[in-house]
Amino acid sequence: MSLLAPPRASSAKGSPRPRRSFLGLDRDGLFLAVPALIPVVIFSLYPLLRGIYLGFTDARAGRNTETTFTGLENYRDLLGDSYFWESFRVGLIWAFSVTILQFFASLGLALLLNQKIRLRWLARTLALVPWAMPPVVIGIMWRLVYHPNAGLANSVLTDVGIIDRNIDWLSDFSLALPAVILVGVWAGMPQTTVVLLAGLQSVSKELHEAASMDGAGAWNRFKNVTWPAIAPVVTAMTTLDFIWNFNSFGLVYVLTEGGPGGATRLPLLFAYEEAFRYGNYGYAAALGNAMVLVIAVFVVFYLIRRMKEAKN
Amino acid sequence: MDRPRPLASTLKHLALGAYLVFLAFPLFWLISTSLKTPQELALIDPTIIPDAPTFDNFRAAFSEQPIVRSIVNTAFVSSVSAVLTVFLSIPAGYVMARYRSVVSRATIVWVLLSQIFPWVLVIIPLFLLLRNFGLYDSRLGLIIVYVVWSMPFALWMLRSYVASIPYELEEAAAMDGASKARALKDVIAPLLAPGVVAAGLFAFVSAWNEFLFALVLIRDPDLQTLSLTLVKFIGAEGVARLGPLAAASLVATIPSLIFFAFMQRRLTGGLLGGAVKS
Repeated sequence: MSLLAPPRASSAKGSPRPRRSFLGLDRDGLFLAVPALIPVVIFSLYPLLRGIYLGFTDARAGRNTETTFTGLENYRDLLGDSYFWESFRVGLIWAFSVTILQFFASLGLALLLNQKIRLRWLARTLALVPWAMPPVVIGIMWRLVYHPNAGLANSVLTDVGIIDRNIDWLSDFSLALPAVILVGVWAGMPQTTVVLLAGLQSVSKELHEAASMDGAGAWNRFKNVTWPAIAPVVTAMTTLDFIWNFNSFGLVYVLTEGGPGGATRLPLLFAYEEAFRYGNYGYAAALGNAMVLVIAVFVVFYLIRRMKEAKN
Repeated sequence: MDRPRPLASTLKHLALGAYLVFLAFPLFWLISTSLKTPQELALIDPTIIPDAPTFDNFRAAFSEQPIVRSIVNTAFVSSVSAVLTVFLSIPAGYVMARYRSVVSRATIVWVLLSQIFPWVLVIIPLFLLLRNFGLYDSRLGLIIVYVVWSMPFALWMLRSYVASIPYELEEAAAMDGASKARALKDVIAPLLAPGVVAAGLFAFVSAWNEFLFALVLIRDPDLQTLSLTLVKFIGAEGVARLGPLAAASLVATIPSLIFFAFMQRRLTGGLLGGAVKS
């Protein structure tokens, strides 16, 4: 304890400033921060940088294989790989559908929860349930719902008379993706609803009342008062939702493992198979880099929107 | 304000009802399945509400060796990860709150970046790294990964808890001649208790719920975590097995539920009522 420098009793109130510094830290600061920083650098920053690099090599599984830098060769292979295009197509359909449906479903729910309405407490609690469940359990739960013989979906739809025989939702080539998308929407609704609800609660009540006095209907008030106020939150949340959905893996892995016949093989499921079933590390990492490119496009799009909104 | 119109109000309640059904029915089905007898699960036309609810499935789940073993494994890995995460994050979180350092900004950037990069870019080198260290397919390897991946967010949480403790308190301790480490231990730590619990629970639940890293980094069935065991379990179907699977899945949800209950209460409770009068 005597190793430590004396406390900075004389520093300005509320805004302590160190004297000598490395990374903006004095000796005490370094002593306290370094034990946390070292493992993060070794086990997450380094692997990420290394992973990006591997995407430009021919790294393969096997103890004695040499890894050589191959530049853009992996990407040339990707462009000619129909499985890659198929998985990107599925990934984009999945990410767009889930994000858009999630947004409208969450906006509707947030608007309802923002009003005085009966059973609101119950809805608020239930709206958090998907968030409070482990992703693997969500996957298992929905497999039980979609189960061909013992599932709720078939049971209810047969009783109502919409279908006349049991459907194997997750093994049907044309139904699997929509079925999985519905689960994605369900699982992601809480975060989006909570954020939108917070946005709605910051909308000025006075403006609403003034607009109402001027005879504006519900739709006009939404369009002219509510929407402009929540637009920045909407842009941020939708961008983040899209990135999360495009990067999603666990939920679909548990539901279908990418089947049937690749109908739900999201890009990360494809990359996982390449890396850990076939041992093509370099190729799988290249696929990851290609995903970063797609995500970067959306981040740039988001930043442009942000700047426009900031100007207005 | 508007006068309430009956039609609009009815529509609103219908919409809310539809949301309630959509949000609740999968969970309802999981619970319902977990309470059914094997005979009832095998019915051609499944019952919505179990005819003869029974806890046999929970008993069956807890008599399955792989499930019990994986619960023990997961509890061990999650607890150690949580303790280590908190132990490393308290001092670093303190530094982030009290110093104007690039470390604070870097951590926030890292929390955001780790959301953007696809998981495959990290997992391949991590897998190779752990294998070189002889930590592949080991509890220790998994623990290290969990600590590292929940730490940025835990740091961020603790940073805001420290920031809410007035610096005057530390100054007072310093006036009395306490060293920085003393001040941290005797003044800050007790006030930080709620934040420590929150960060610890967060780290515990992240590890408990985690699936992707475990999928790649654990091969030995004896070391499997609960997520892995449940997923393997559903592969080996047979309708009668669905009951115990549903029961085990509900058990797996308990830690997250506790975390959410705790966080909800903490959002309404004040942290530091009147320790400093200003």
